[in-house]
Amino acid sequence: MQDRLQALKEEALLKIQQASDLKALQDIKVSYLGKKGPITEVLKGMGKLSPEERPVVGAYANEVRDAITSALELKISELEQAVIEEKLKKESIDVTLPGRPVRKGNAHPLTAVIEEIEDLFLTMGFTVAEGPEVETDYYNFEALNLPKDHPARDMQDSFFITEDILLRTQTSPVQARTMEKHHGRGPVKIISPGKVYRRDDDDATHSHQFMQIEGLVVDENVRLSDLKGVLETFAKKMFGEERKIRLRPSFFPFTEPSVEMDISCFKCGGKGCSICKHTGWIEILGAGMVHPNVLEMAGFDSKKYTGFAFGMGPERIAMLKYGIDDIRHFYTNDLRFLKQFKKA
Amino acid sequence: MLVSYNWLKDYVDLDLSAAELADKITKSGIEVEIVESLNKGITGVVVGHVLECVQHPNADKLRVCKVDLGEEEPVQIVCGAPNVAAGQKVPVAKVGAVLPGNFKIKKAKLRGEASNGMICSLTELGVEGKLVPKEYSSGIFVMPSDAEIGSDALAYLNLDDYVLELGLTPNRADCLNMLGVAYEVAAILNEELRLPEVQVEASGEKASDYVSVAVDAKEDNPYYGAMIIKNITIAPSPLWMQNRLIAAGIRPINNVVDITNYVLLEYGQPLHAFDYDRLGSKEILVRRAKDGEEMVTLDNAKRKLGTNHLVITNGKEPVAVAGVMGGATSEVQDDTTTVLLEAAYFEGIRVRAASKDLGLRSEASSRYEKGIDRNRVYDAAYRAASLMAQYAGGEVAQGVVEAGERLVSEGKAEVTQTRINTLLGTEIEGEQISDILKRLRFEFDVQGENYIVTVPTRRPDITIDADLVEEVGRIYGYDRIPTTYLLSEGRPGGLTPYQAARRKVMRYMEGTGLYQAVTYALTTTEKSNAFTFSEEQENVHSIKVSHPMSEERSTLRSTLIPQLLEVLKHNHHRSIDDVGIFEISSVFFAHEQSLSVLPEEKTYLSGALTGLWSIHPWQGEKKKIDFFVVKGILEGLFEELGLHSRITFEIESLPGMHPGRTAVMKLDSIVVGFIGQIHPGTQKEWDLNESYVFELDLDQLLGASVEPTVYQTLPRFPSITRDIAVVVDQNLPAGDLNTVIHEAGGELLKESSLFDLYEGERMEEGKKSLAFSLKYYDPERTLTDEEVTKAHENILRSLEERFGASLRK
Repeated sequence: MQDRLQALKEEALLKIQQASDLKALQDIKVSYLGKKGPITEVLKGMGKLSPEERPVVGAYANEVRDAITSALELKISELEQAVIEEKLKKESIDVTLPGRPVRKGNAHPLTAVIEEIEDLFLTMGFTVAEGPEVETDYYNFEALNLPKDHPARDMQDSFFITEDILLRTQTSPVQARTMEKHHGRGPVKIISPGKVYRRDDDDATHSHQFMQIEGLVVDENVRLSDLKGVLETFAKKMFGEERKIRLRPSFFPFTEPSVEMDISCFKCGGKGCSICKHTGWIEILGAGMVHPNVLEMAGFDSKKYTGFAFGMGPERIAMLKYGIDDIRHFYTNDLRFLKQFKKA
Repeated sequence: MLVSYNWLKDYVDLDLSAAELADKITKSGIEVEIVESLNKGITGVVVGHVLECVQHPNADKLRVCKVDLGEEEPVQIVCGAPNVAAGQKVPVAKVGAVLPGNFKIKKAKLRGEASNGMICSLTELGVEGKLVPKEYSSGIFVMPSDAEIGSDALAYLNLDDYVLELGLTPNRADCLNMLGVAYEVAAILNEELRLPEVQVEASGEKASDYVSVAVDAKEDNPYYGAMIIKNITIAPSPLWMQNRLIAAGIRPINNVVDITNYVLLEYGQPLHAFDYDRLGSKEILVRRAKDGEEMVTLDNAKRKLGTNHLVITNGKEPVAVAGVMGGATSEVQDDTTTVLLEAAYFEGIRVRAASKDLGLRSEASSRYEKGIDRNRVYDAAYRAASLMAQYAGGEVAQGVVEAGERLVSEGKAEVTQTRINTLLGTEIEGEQISDILKRLRFEFDVQGENYIVTVPTRRPDITIDADLVEEVGRIYGYDRIPTTYLLSEGRPGGLTPYQAARRKVMRYMEGTGLYQAVTYALTTTEKSNAFTFSEEQENVHSIKVSHPMSEERSTLRSTLIPQLLEVLKHNHHRSIDDVGIFEISSVFFAHEQSLSVLPEEKTYLSGALTGLWSIHPWQGEKKKIDFFVVKGILEGLFEELGLHSRITFEIESLPGMHPGRTAVMKLDSIVVGFIGQIHPGTQKEWDLNESYVFELDLDQLLGASVEPTVYQTLPRFPSITRDIAVVVDQNLPAGDLNTVIHEAGGELLKESSLFDLYEGERMEEGKKSLAFSLKYYDPERTLTDEEVTKAHENILRSLEERFGASLRK
């Protein structure tokens, strides 16, 4: 009997070995392990065996059954694996084909520069102040120490709408308005970005509409040395930690003393190159201590309060930063231009 | 202002190079824009003596010269200049010399004659053609006879000089003359200052015997002075003076004119020389011109004058436009012997009026406009008179015939040491302050820590303490001011909620695939309001600037769309046809014809889209932009702003828009913008492809109060979804159906979404089928089939009653 079982086992294992698909294995399973299969048949004859032999043969029969079952399982999983592999092989793709594009626009480079500057000053405790683009002569000029007959305010340079209303030529009127709202009490600590307008013919370096960002701090004991500190922080964060700044005396009607700030050239590090016109320095902004007349007109006691103001052109900064050679690109909005500032 | 480095040495010792000087001047407050070397790369040019000059045997226009260059043998040079002659001292470029433009002089043969060098004209030596004196403009330059043969010609011609171009801010008109620059440089370098010594030996005659002076317009002309210089011989001015004028950008004319220009440059005081004998009277009368009065100016142009202009007359007719230009009839000419020298103070505003109206800007007029030092009038007049005596053989008549007040008093300004140091953040000692004020040549008294400064009239920019703080600071050196940080307590900064929301909108729009554009606010009147979406917008007035530079930039816009269409057009013309852009900018509305108050300014968010929306060709994916692409973008935005459920879209006919594909958007019941396809006619006019636009009043959107976000419990019970497909009239808006579905669905209906629209041939004419998927849910329990069926049937019944809808079979 054991021999018969032995033979069945070998026969089944061979068939399993040779089976090439799951169907064949299923047949093998039914034919050997089924209720009408040969092993069952053999076991039916167990009654004829002696009580001593019965458990031995029974155990052996189970062993054979287990061997066939596990061989079957192994083979099934092998075949299944092969099917999966075959399928995966067929599913293989060319990973170098282009992906489905995700539409993603980006901010205008001027917005990118303005927001970068805003964020920088926000961390220094500034708030962002905004005001109208159409202004009164008073806020645009007079409140900024530019009385009606002042030579620096040639009618030719401004877009007047009426004698008293014009497109603002600077964002400084926001400073005047903000100071006025403070009713003579400090501190004032703002930056004001926005569009401004001047009667310039548009060319590579001039635009009748452009952006400005100005800053203003008014408080007790504000010093020129503090302005230097703020501007140095700004220059380093905006143009790199290794930047040096230089203040040169200058003139603006609304500040006294007035300065221009240069930074050491970020291209050549100060050795001299075409970007810095071989001077090692790049002019970045104008600044100064708020003129006492401006403070007084806005209701601040100029004996008690001092302040500083600064102003810069985002176009100029963007042009320097990205090497843009024509200011008109900012306002033409050629898509090939706009797309270049994805990571700006 | 062009400053000759060599000339400056007359007044201040300069132990530093022109470039070093420029750097110091720039750091102390006046920007030196350019340091120009007058030597444009020249080597090997010496003074030659023309010994012999004969006609070239083979060329009519050439001469063959023997020229002594101070070497053993004279050299032969062929010269083509018409004015070359034996006996002249001339600049000669020797063989091996280099002229501007890296032009090397070699041995040559010209029509068979050897030529070993070149006799040079001033232009060949790098002098601008318009600055070359007329007599040498078409020939070689002839040098003074005492020039040393063989010596470096560049030094004679001042071509070893450097010119510093100052970029002067309006407050520093004091540096529009050499003496002003000298004061500045002496202060910066802490050097001595040498002012010109002026000595005039007057003759026995009195100027007042020659002329009388009267001013009929005291406000325009507070002071007028006239001097008389007789026995003048008109000739070229000395070479050194010509050189200096050329360096300053002024062409030498003759000794008298050159001297007035020289003194103008030196003192900043405009002077005018009249030919006394051609004045036509013995009288000077200064008055406003009469309306329509005419005169011929020095440039031989007939000028029409008006009452806005100030003129110098001979009592009858104008002989000069005050401060701007002299008249042709009284011009100094070669035969002039007596000169009337005018030294006056004209008000800038009057000079400016004439120079602007006549289109004449001169060295004189620009100085009057920017302001001159009135107290220097006499010094300048005497300086010119003495130079005329010295270089034009003149005899100066006694005295100055004058009208008005010559001198003005000096102002005072005060500052304390504390103020200086608190404003600058420095610790400058009292002694240093005194030293700096001395270097600036300001007179002052010290009272305690108070400095009372007498401000010289050359520095009218100094009036208050802050001005003195700046003077002390800039001479002390801004690089010596420490870097400090604000003492004020650290207060947190931040964006306002509006500013933060506006940034969020920008990020959202960029995220949807649109690029941000920034366009011009000024446009044509026609385009300025070409697109409107509310009655309020239609009832506004155009806001025009009073002096536009062009019609194209004449009017403030009240819609952003035309500029965005311009952007589409620009890109379309460059074959960029898939474009999606947005802009956030101000628009302007005037509620009155002529503005008496500021116009209303609103912030709009607008966009323009054209071409393909999604493009993924190799997988066969291509989607054109249509109304619903744009609508989807905006719906996403409203969701982002928490306004989604409050916005409705209603079809509307709007100017320039496709009447069947345009909708206004309402927030609650207020129109806040529109969306749609550009009208095919408008599209053609603008030369565009099919394009879609939207415009939204961003201020209204961001100003809407929005409920804060409250967490909704996640569903604990299953929901039931049922579909419903109904047949309705083709022109019935799906939105209306949706509204009724929600009304009728009651509490249980939580969501409805349209998933099918069919208008094809299997449908009855004029009908369409719409299918919605409806989701029912109760947060408290599991719904029964009966309940849902009841709600569902209720919906269907309502649709039947309201719209005659029938269930699609």
